[in-house]
Amino acid sequence: MTALVEIRGVSKVYERGAQKVEVLHHVDLDIEEGDFLALMGPSGSGKTTLLNMIAGIDTPTDGTLSVAGRRIDNLSATALARWRAAHVGYIFQFYNLLPMLSAQKNVELPLLLTRLSAAQRRRNAGIALQLVGLADRVSHKPGELSGGQQQRVAIARAIVADPTLLVCDEPTGDLDRQSAEEVLGLLQKLNRQYGKTMIMVTHDPKAAEYAKRVLHLDKGTLVETASA
Amino acid sequence: MKYFPLILAGLLRKKTRTLLTLLSVVAAFALFGLLDAVRVAFNAPDNVAGIDRLIVASRFSIIQPLPYADYNRIRLLPGVKEVAYANWFGGVYQDPKNFFANMAVSAKSFLDTHPELVMPAAQKAAFLKTRTGAIVGQTLADRFGWKIGDKIPLKATIFPKKDGSNLWTFDLVGIYHTAQPELRGLEQQMFFHYDYFDEARQFGQGTVGWYIVKIADPAHADQMAQTIDHLFANSSNETKTESERQFQLSFAKQIGDIGLIVSAIMGAVFFTLVLLTGNTMAQAFRDRIPELAVMKTLGFSNGAVLRIVLAESVLVLLIGGAGGLVAARTILPVIAAASGGQFDLPMTDRTWLLGLLLMLLIGILVGLPPAWRAMRLKIVDALAGR
Ligand SMILES: Nc1ncnc2c1ncn2[C@@H]1O[C@H](COP(=O)(O)OP(=O)(O)OP(=O)(O)O)[C@@H](O)[C@H]1O
Ligand SMILES: [Mg+2]
Repeated sequence: MTALVEIRGVSKVYERGAQKVEVLHHVDLDIEEGDFLALMGPSGSGKTTLLNMIAGIDTPTDGTLSVAGRRIDNLSATALARWRAAHVGYIFQFYNLLPMLSAQKNVELPLLLTRLSAAQRRRNAGIALQLVGLADRVSHKPGELSGGQQQRVAIARAIVADPTLLVCDEPTGDLDRQSAEEVLGLLQKLNRQYGKTMIMVTHDPKAAEYAKRVLHLDKGTLVETASA
Repeated sequence: MKYFPLILAGLLRKKTRTLLTLLSVVAAFALFGLLDAVRVAFNAPDNVAGIDRLIVASRFSIIQPLPYADYNRIRLLPGVKEVAYANWFGGVYQDPKNFFANMAVSAKSFLDTHPELVMPAAQKAAFLKTRTGAIVGQTLADRFGWKIGDKIPLKATIFPKKDGSNLWTFDLVGIYHTAQPELRGLEQQMFFHYDYFDEARQFGQGTVGWYIVKIADPAHADQMAQTIDHLFANSSNETKTESERQFQLSFAKQIGDIGLIVSAIMGAVFFTLVLLTGNTMAQAFRDRIPELAVMKTLGFSNGAVLRIVLAESVLVLLIGGAGGLVAARTILPVIAAASGGQFDLPMTDRTWLLGLLLMLLIGILVGLPPAWRAMRLKIVDALAGR
């Protein structure tokens, strides 16, 4: 049985002018279906870079990357966009909701890329918002919501199309303790109750405690550590 | 179409900015609507009814008359179907400010050669048998409130009567109209009998201003024109024969090349519009880089993002442009009323169509640079603010 995510010998080189910087060195990593992985490490160690490649918004310079048995490192931009729409829910540190749209419309956004009818889109987005506990905030614009509420709308947006992977880049980095715990509890619930495979980058050891497994990146190399 | 709320959201993001852009588009297209109506009126008639007509005038000047004797010589040429003639009268109704074209014409052949002037059969018959009868266009009749049966006094500026009086009185027996709206300029004229005019005038008997020659085959118009001019070459009254369209164009050119002037003004206006909206769109794009990156992360393809950004600018141009043309459409009758019907410029389908084309063109022109940049946007760089 192969893992859901298979990363083999992945390197990433950025060119800054004439200078080449290798941000990731031959990373090998398997992520099983239903896992909740926390990626930790110092600033600049390459966490976001690795996460972005798993999410299909960046491509490796070298090595291979497969998700659910499908190579994604060599897809065209268009194919990759289609793959993201079907398989990835991305949760950002700064929520990144579209400010002009209501919570409801923000959550419906990924569904515009599906064949669902307008009524089905509305219903599914409603269910997702209910799941994150914001059924009473559907018509609010992001500016009318607290940080924790915005992040929960963002989580609803990430899960509404039922993706294979949920990836989060410091999802609690901008939140107070209380809201952070709500968000982390929600992510954990999605993992435990709904079996969502979760990959989360975090600086916060307390946040990492919610994960099943914690990995450390250091200067572009993985160091595995056991966890609860 | 399901992206429409997204496109709208993009526009409503900065309402004031969008509104100002919209207003400049409205203003530009309102101006376009007005000026294009002027251009159409001047360059006017692509008068299909006139393609088989040649105008024979003196080679030296339009005001130099031609002998009436030429009539039969032209009429007998092979390929000529009918010949009519006309003479400029230049009469004034009440006040010189009330200018309109009035001329003496060979009544029957003139109407036969000008099928675009339409009038009830009874009025036509009345005109043909009333020696002092006159016909006017609908617009002109409306302008002065004339009705059939009215006596219309004109003061001669060129041609006094034999008795020395300058007062000519005509009986209004017919009111014609034109079928096509773009020929409505023709409804501002008055025609009366050449026979009556020629007999009563003090001087110039036996001459006409110009001949109107209806030919059998418009494809041979140039050849026919040459044949006619050859006929009178080296005579004391050499002629210059042109198609009616050429004739009108060279007449309009004496006022100035309106088409060129209008094009130049519109070029400047649209150039400014492109710069202005182009700048606004570029600014709007920069403000939205993170949003576009998020949309791409969600799985919107490069092409979809390109189309959304492009649709925004096309939509602005379409809304503003339609608003501008509707404004022009509303203003034109006001101008017509204020000028007593003198500047009754119709807005033709061509203007709407050309306007629509320009909206799309400018919308794409203005939207393409930001749309292109949106398409090329690298997600990771945009998210990291690089
Ligand atoms: N597009 C890029 N061009 C050049 N350098 C880049 C690019 N993206 C990342 N880097 C560099 O790669 C290194 C790793 O970046 P990355 O964002 O993955 O770090 P990180 O572990 O997420 O750090 P942080 O905890 O601060 O978010 C950094 O030194 C960064 O400057
Ligand atoms: Mg990072």
